[in-house]
Amino acid sequence: MKRVYVNEEWCLGCRLCEYNCAFANSGLSDMVLALKDKPVFPRIHVEGDEKITYAVSCRHCEDPVCVKSCIAGALSKENGVIKADPDRCVGCLTCVLVCPYGALAPGENGVMLKCELCLENSCGEPACVKGCPNRAIVYEERGETA
Amino acid sequence: MSRYVIIGNGTASVGAIEGIRSVDKTGSITVISEEDRPAYCRPLISYYLEGKTKLENIGMRGADYYSDSAAELLCGRKAVGIDADRRTVALDDGEVLPYDRLCVCTGSSPFVPPFEGLGTVEKQFTFMTLDSALGIEKSIDAASRVLIVGAGLIGLKCAEGLTGRVASVTVCDLADRVLSSILDADCAALMQRHLEEHGMEFLLGDSAVRFDGNTAYMRSGRTVGFDVLILAVGVRANTSLISGIGGEVNRGIVVDERMATSVDGIFAAGDCAEGFDASSGGKRVLAILPNAYMQGHAAGVNMAGGSEVFDKGIPMNSIGFFGLHAMSAGVYEGEMYEERTDTSIKRLFTKDGLLKGFILIGRSERAGIYTSMIREKIPLSSVDFELLKRSATTAAFPPESRRKMFGGAV
Ligand SMILES: Cc1cc2nc3c(=O)[nH]c(=O)nc-3n(C[C@H](O)[C@H](O)[C@H](O)COP(=O)(O)OP(=O)(O)OC[C@H]3O[C@@H](n4cnc5c(N)ncnc54)[C@H](O)[C@@H]3O)c2cc1C
Ligand code: SF4
Ligand code: SF4
Repeated sequence: MKRVYVNEEWCLGCRLCEYNCAFANSGLSDMVLALKDKPVFPRIHVEGDEKITYAVSCRHCEDPVCVKSCIAGALSKENGVIKADPDRCVGCLTCVLVCPYGALAPGENGVMLKCELCLENSCGEPACVKGCPNRAIVYEERGETA
Repeated sequence: MSRYVIIGNGTASVGAIEGIRSVDKTGSITVISEEDRPAYCRPLISYYLEGKTKLENIGMRGADYYSDSAAELLCGRKAVGIDADRRTVALDDGEVLPYDRLCVCTGSSPFVPPFEGLGTVEKQFTFMTLDSALGIEKSIDAASRVLIVGAGLIGLKCAEGLTGRVASVTVCDLADRVLSSILDADCAALMQRHLEEHGMEFLLGDSAVRFDGNTAYMRSGRTVGFDVLILAVGVRANTSLISGIGGEVNRGIVVDERMATSVDGIFAAGDCAEGFDASSGGKRVLAILPNAYMQGHAAGVNMAGGSEVFDKGIPMNSIGFFGLHAMSAGVYEGEMYEERTDTSIKRLFTKDGLLKGFILIGRSERAGIYTSMIREKIPLSSVDFELLKRSATTAAFPPESRRKMFGGAV
């Protein structure tokens, strides 16, 4: 399955991916309207220090511990994509407690937001990858381990 | 064709169904459920009272789950005995079900101490099932005074769910702090203050000793008037089906890392089972939902002839009240690293070169990175712990392990 992979040597730390993510998931067509002067809740997060930066988003684990742990049945795996159902999530953060990658964070109303690969929003493919100026994140097939 | 029988219909049971079906698509699965409904998300009963979830969203799986999984659900029926030699389970209505492999997923029951005068209390409940939540909902109104005995997870979640729907919520506990099973004194004090700010009242280090109608007589000599009483003193694993046939039972049904009990052909999983605790090295009942699912899944796979080991269970919890979250994991032993503000506490416990446990209040970002350090026993010497203790980040990991994490399929 295609996933978002990181080339950390190439990451500029510019955080464009975070903005593109928040915009793609805003449901709005105007980036200024969607993001300007508002707190943004991207589903990808640039981490690192002075030396190295890289963007972290959900790995779409083959054996997703978050799905097994969700107390509300809000997380599910559909065709390999790990999805969060905002109507079911109660914001308990159990998934944050168990995800080994630190890939999830709640949005403004406490409900979980996670990368769903933009397959169902207007972008249709990961907006973070599309907008990355240096190919520091790519969307491709790298073969399954299992 | 194998015949699988599962006793109980909670999270562990669903894990077991999915574990069995990951190996064996054709064997028959029969699920015996004392509660008269398909499996639902038990922790949501307090969110239901609070109005944060609706009944139609409480089911654990979709409407066609049992038929899609080719599992037969016997609702409102109770298993009353096992015959391990004949490999049969007897139900309360006299029916006897044969099995090849059996999984006991009976969960736990509220423990109700023999309080004097309890029988005189008209509106009294425990808080373990959706039926109990619906019963409580029916018996309260905006003028109700609610007394909850027990300031543990279940008592406080119930209290949160009721706050705002009733006139007052008072919680008493013999322990001198809230959430005494997961929080130390400082962390409990921070959480208690937050709960009080949201209207809960506490009587700690004190508990009811006697009831008379709508009055509780406390150990301290105080009296508390109430309209609705909720008993959330503690829970006990439902082990009697296995102890009844001489199987090994401690606090829970003792299982190995394949979830097999001491009785041939019988497995156990979830809140009723006592499995391995990777953080302490001993055996322990880990009564949390993620554990129930994973144990159930492992049991199911092994029942169906596959092989799955679950030896990474640790105690852990994420629980929020009125927007303040408390996370905890592992054991609180060894050296402590601490960061504190007025509204948050972070405490990490390290010993023998490993992260052994943590408590995080109001600081939940990427906590799973800490949890997996405990679970996977990642040596502190292999990471930049100076960085990691300040911030849960994979930046503290060596580049090779990061490349594996973010560059390979997982
Ligand atoms: C109010 C509340 C809040 C909670 N919050 C959290 C939380 O935030 N996070 C978390 O991780 N965990 C939480 N838990 C704990 C979590 O719900 C349990 O760990 C989990 O439900 C265990 O699943 P189980 O399948 O082992 O048992 P259960 O869910 O208890 O299911 C056992 C089922 O077996 C049935 N049964 C028992 N005996 C028999 C019999 N002889 N015959 C037929 N059926 C039988 C019972 O009726 C029950 O339906 C909470 C629990 C409660 C009550
Ligand atoms: S949220 Fe975390 S655990 Fe869940 S699938 Fe994504 S990376 Fe895996
Ligand atoms: S925060 Fe939401 S998605 Fe995460 S475990 Fe809790 S209910 Fe499930």
